[in-house]
Amino acid sequence: MTEIRWHSRAGQGAVSGAKGLGDVVATTGKEVQAFALYGSAKRGAALRAYNRISDEQIFNHAKFMNPDFVLVIDPALAFTDNIEVNEKESTQYIITTHLSKEELIEGIPALKGKEDRIFTVDCVQISLDTIGRSIPNAPMLGAFVKISGMFELDYFLENMARVLAKFPQKIIDGNMKAITRAYNEVK
Amino acid sequence: MAVKFDLNEREVWDGNYAASQALRQADVDVVVAYPITPSTPIVENYGSYVANGYIDGEFVMVESEHAAMSGCIGASASGGRVSTATSSQGFALMAEVLYQASGMRLPIVLNVVNRALASPLNVRGDHADMYLGRDSGWLQAGAFNAQEAYDLALCAFKIAEDPAVRLPMMIHQDGFITSHTAQNVYPLTDEAAINFVGKIQPIDDMLDFSRPVTYGAQTEEDWHFEHKAKQHKAIMDSKPVIDAVFAEFKELTGREYNRVESYDMEDADVVIMGLGTTVETARVAAKNMREKGIKAGVVAMRCFRPFPYEEVREALKNCKAIAVTDRSSPGGAMGAFFNEVTAAMYTSNNRPMMTNFIYGLGGRDFSIAEAERIYSEQVDNIEAGHITTNIQQFSGLRGPKLGFFKTERS
Repeated sequence: MTEIRWHSRAGQGAVSGAKGLGDVVATTGKEVQAFALYGSAKRGAALRAYNRISDEQIFNHAKFMNPDFVLVIDPALAFTDNIEVNEKESTQYIITTHLSKEELIEGIPALKGKEDRIFTVDCVQISLDTIGRSIPNAPMLGAFVKISGMFELDYFLENMARVLAKFPQKIIDGNMKAITRAYNEVK
Repeated sequence: MAVKFDLNEREVWDGNYAASQALRQADVDVVVAYPITPSTPIVENYGSYVANGYIDGEFVMVESEHAAMSGCIGASASGGRVSTATSSQGFALMAEVLYQASGMRLPIVLNVVNRALASPLNVRGDHADMYLGRDSGWLQAGAFNAQEAYDLALCAFKIAEDPAVRLPMMIHQDGFITSHTAQNVYPLTDEAAINFVGKIQPIDDMLDFSRPVTYGAQTEEDWHFEHKAKQHKAIMDSKPVIDAVFAEFKELTGREYNRVESYDMEDADVVIMGLGTTVETARVAAKNMREKGIKAGVVAMRCFRPFPYEEVREALKNCKAIAVTDRSSPGGAMGAFFNEVTAAMYTSNNRPMMTNFIYGLGGRDFSIAEAERIYSEQVDNIEAGHITTNIQQFSGLRGPKLGFFKTERS
């Protein structure tokens, strides 16, 4: 079982990101779960979304998890939300930020000593450049594909295009570029 | 002619979307609705299927849930296949009309996305609305995940509309935990689904001067009692039809449903009984307990009404301690589910130790660790030879422990 926790603000697309990821993972024959805790359900409010991925049917419906991956798509939430809660010794973090990894960790004491498990990518800037709006979910998926090694990039892009099929071609192209760029830039 | 809807063999759907697809595939004629969180997408999606030509049906938007169920009654009485969805306060507002629908023996299918009842206001999942409907004369079945919300909605039309049943049926799913959680769902093809559900056979639908009938007549002490007794008997007698529909569904899909579901019960000493998603979480805990050498099992209610007394008794005939979990504020009594199970067990040869856990109100998380703790407490009771705690306890509550009612021991 692989468990993923997204930290996001309502409107940034974590719920769609989690569902999109689930959709693509399911095409590989795995069982998936994607859900969210909305809190006050207002645009801009902090929320958490979750994925579970398993080779077998997923029976656990608890919200509680010790995540294998923590994906932070809002730069400020890395500082203000408790992103390391219920972590394991192996939990890997992908955090969107314009800061260098060293600058980021300097500002967040809880991340100290976990340098080799922390990866950074500027999802906000990438989405502004490629999609034209600050929708950091798609770039985060690209970064996740790279860090998790769960898919080949081409396989993921092909299936993500299918998930996004209802959108105009321009949006699909922007998302493909965002995913690819984050895949290449995450470090 | 409806536009074809593209479906994959494997979809990733949440419980709401799954239920709405069942309404489309069952070729529902009329949905009368007033939306409420978290069930809104079920009726919203049906509306979009109608608007986009995927189904030849009618979506009627009304001013309240009371009106929604009233509209369903009209449409059903005139022979249509009818469905809607609601939750919580909407369910409560619908309550008066629920009794009208069941009393008139109209086979409406209501998708209930379970949510807590205010006050305090809360949009999350508990079973307060489901319990509110338990004496309303409807059949009630519960899904534990999105796949089952889809499967059971299809089965519901076939059960409710069976001429031997002719009763309305609720399909329950847990608010957010099922309704907003996307999971793998394996739908039937449109053709297989409608062949399974079949066409509705209207009974006394249109005004017929040669054979006039009355819906919702007034009966005082002369006949009211006989009507209600007949209705109760119809609910009790629906069991073989439910079993037959589940058997046919299994033949078609390989997915098996029983009015009572048992997991790891062959040799279980300690049991958690549950409804909804809790069942599956408890199954994970039972597996974990077995790795520690504890014979743990889960017994789950697929059908809440009619309550399967015989099957509950059979499922629990060899166990020693049972924790019955109620996800609804009991309001000054033991949990209603606990009372039902205890009634079944008191009249059996096995007299296991029965405890009641109130949990998960307003969507409070029910974790595997908590389920394991409950199992361990049952083991302690067996070792002590008596219930060591209050019979009713609150599980997952913040603050000091809360419990009531102790076993009488001389």
